[in-house]
Amino acid sequence: MYRYDEFDHAFVRERVAEFRDQVARRLSGEMTEDQFKPLRLMNGVYLQLHAYMLRIAIPYGTLSSKQLRRLAHIGRVYDKGSGHFTTRQNLQFNWIKLADVPQILEELAEVEMHAIQTSGNCIRNVTADHFAGAAADEVADPRVYAEILRQWSSLHPEFSFLPRKFKLAVTAAPHDRAAVQVHDIGLHMKVDDKGERGFAVWVGGGQGRTPMVAKKVRDFLPEADLLSYCEAILRIYNLEGRRDNKYKARIKILVHETGEAEITRAIEAEFAELQGKALTVPAPEIERIARYFALPDLETLRARSEVYETAKRDPAFALFARRNVHAHKVPGYGIVTISLKPTGAPPGDATSEQMEAIADIAERYSSDELRVSHEQNLVLPHVKLDDIPVVFAQLQKIGLGDANAGFITDIIACPGLDFCALANARSIPVAQRLSERFEDIARQAEIGDLKIKISGCINACGHHHVGHIGILGVDRKGEEFYQITLGGSGDETCSIGEIVGPGFSSDGIVDAVETVVDTYLKLRISADEPFLAAYRRVGQAPFKEALYAR
Amino acid sequence: MAKKKDFHPVAATANDLRSGAVVFREPDGRWGTEARRAEIAETPEDAERLLARAKADHDSCIVVEPVLIEMAEGRPVALRERIRDTGPTAGIGRTA
Amino acid sequence: MPDDASIFRNGTFHADTWTFPADDVPLPPSGDIAVGKTRFLAEIQTLRARNGGIGVVLNPGEDPDGIVEHLDRITLVALRFTKYSDGRPYSVARLLRDRHGYKGELRATGDVLRDQVIFMLRAGFDSLDVAHAGTREALRTGSIVGVRHHYQPASDEAREAVGPVSPWRRRSV
Repeated sequence: MYRYDEFDHAFVRERVAEFRDQVARRLSGEMTEDQFKPLRLMNGVYLQLHAYMLRIAIPYGTLSSKQLRRLAHIGRVYDKGSGHFTTRQNLQFNWIKLADVPQILEELAEVEMHAIQTSGNCIRNVTADHFAGAAADEVADPRVYAEILRQWSSLHPEFSFLPRKFKLAVTAAPHDRAAVQVHDIGLHMKVDDKGERGFAVWVGGGQGRTPMVAKKVRDFLPEADLLSYCEAILRIYNLEGRRDNKYKARIKILVHETGEAEITRAIEAEFAELQGKALTVPAPEIERIARYFALPDLETLRARSEVYETAKRDPAFALFARRNVHAHKVPGYGIVTISLKPTGAPPGDATSEQMEAIADIAERYSSDELRVSHEQNLVLPHVKLDDIPVVFAQLQKIGLGDANAGFITDIIACPGLDFCALANARSIPVAQRLSERFEDIARQAEIGDLKIKISGCINACGHHHVGHIGILGVDRKGEEFYQITLGGSGDETCSIGEIVGPGFSSDGIVDAVETVVDTYLKLRISADEPFLAAYRRVGQAPFKEALYAR
Repeated sequence: MAKKKDFHPVAATANDLRSGAVVFREPDGRWGTEARRAEIAETPEDAERLLARAKADHDSCIVVEPVLIEMAEGRPVALRERIRDTGPTAGIGRTA
Repeated sequence: MPDDASIFRNGTFHADTWTFPADDVPLPPSGDIAVGKTRFLAEIQTLRARNGGIGVVLNPGEDPDGIVEHLDRITLVALRFTKYSDGRPYSVARLLRDRHGYKGELRATGDVLRDQVIFMLRAGFDSLDVAHAGTREALRTGSIVGVRHHYQPASDEAREAVGPVSPWRRRSV
């Protein structure tokens, strides 16, 4: 993984000192809240319902054991002993004192971490496929490009005060696990027929109150032009994006109002001015960064592990192997998903003790590496198949052995009204009740792949628009209500879910989801037809009928 | 400010600047963490004065962005404000 | 330091030598004057005929189209920040410097605060019109705490060291 050199260390140290100075000026009264707010947001500090929240960047979701241990430590000392992994591969602490933030940032800097640009109207932490660097199906490691983008976008002097936030995602496998088509810029790497690497460039996707699937403005952008092209897009957005209305300020609105053809023309014209100049990415620089992301020294093993196969005689392990183990590019290894969705728990939460235990497991069994997924799970990217039974047992011991990856209880939920100052309704308790309702793992297995995503307000941090079943919490005269959308998807077949009808009360929402699930089970052609495929085949009608017919 | 006839008693709440903690303005002008100790304004005029004092505390860098919230029987009326007062309803672990 | 010395340039404060006549005030016959874009375009001939420097003031959202043809005669471009969180002037500054080769004074005016000074200088501004007392003091005493290691080339190459290692790294010197 990427390691800081002297320059990187100096950069982060200076940023910590700068923020320490800004906090001091705020606390002394030299700066007003209005002046301070954009500055604290640019460094990941929100003021939420109960306290300040600090969002720490985990660039492209890659973590070392040492870093996870430091997060556990910060959770214990400065928070209430836990942390929350987010849908943007970050980690949030919910109970932070402003006066402590500079010290926390120093402790993070020691392990090569920071909170730079995890909020604010700037280029946010760049996300990537959470199986990056390990997945059997990737054409390259997308983190190499995410790291190049991270550096270029860090404290960019031109793009730090954009009309609104700006999110980039990179993936390099045909199956898009990074939801690139719902990002401001989505980069989908491929190799052309001459063997050259490049990107399909998607612009103007996003969720929020106006969900949109991105438009493809380039089918193949050579990797050398990555930064020039992004700089061109950002410059047009910075100059032309709307600043008169916060809700129309994202680039998706600019793309929509300008039109796909015209925005593509404008981007290409600006790019033509920038191409071949200072931002061209030289091949040696790509190679230099790529060396950081080289595979760890893995052993030469047979593809089939007898230990692993034998362990599958235990049905619980067999299910874990089927759901939580993904194909690795190296024979004899697997990628293990650690579900942070045990029955009844808030999605994405981990206690400091759990983080430390996971760090130990990663150190011993996964070449010291971890990933955070946008589905709010953790990933052990390089585990010997031989070791997976032991890893499973150790995960079970800390209450994180659930074999529910991709199942109905593997729910994404935003913090909602329990924590978030913007929320209209609670999300986590709905997720908790759903996970209890569908606790029976045999029933989950029968239902198969089904993504439920829950947002507590229209900002859609819980990605409900791309949930197979999406749940949006709204406030109706002081009461929480929940709208259901169906048929959303964030992968390469990206689609925005459709609202099925009037919302449900807090008491009724779990029953309503169960009705949707039962309807699907009745109408599917076979157990091989997943929920999304069935929905796309039959449409909304049968679900509507089941939910609302009296 | 609401008209007199649909006015409900209010308290001033904010977050403490240094810690971010949820605080309520008490009758002696201090900001405490318990809603039940908050000063309650019973009339629109009192509410305006309470908010003005709270905003002065914002300007003096004691609290951040104070607002008035409806109170009944010593606790906030709205769900959001009840959650601010008593903490998240969702803890670690099972709900049941 | 006299109060009218509000222009920070080349490391020190100077009194402003420019005047900014309101749109309905006739242009004075001599002296350095800067006008808005509309007036500049309407009165370019008059401006060129008079004795004194020509300057243009651009508001956020005003592009330099129509100005760029005259850049060789212009010695001040002032870009207004109506609020510091509106970042459009940064792009205009970079276009003027990098695309159009403007070499004259490029001034940031309006909501110019210490926390953005490094961004402004990197985007090609070489002059800051500073009204904010704390920012003046910080600039005067050289006490701005900021990040001087950069990951991307920008528009202040003359004052930045290149490298090491990556082709894009810069250090403010």
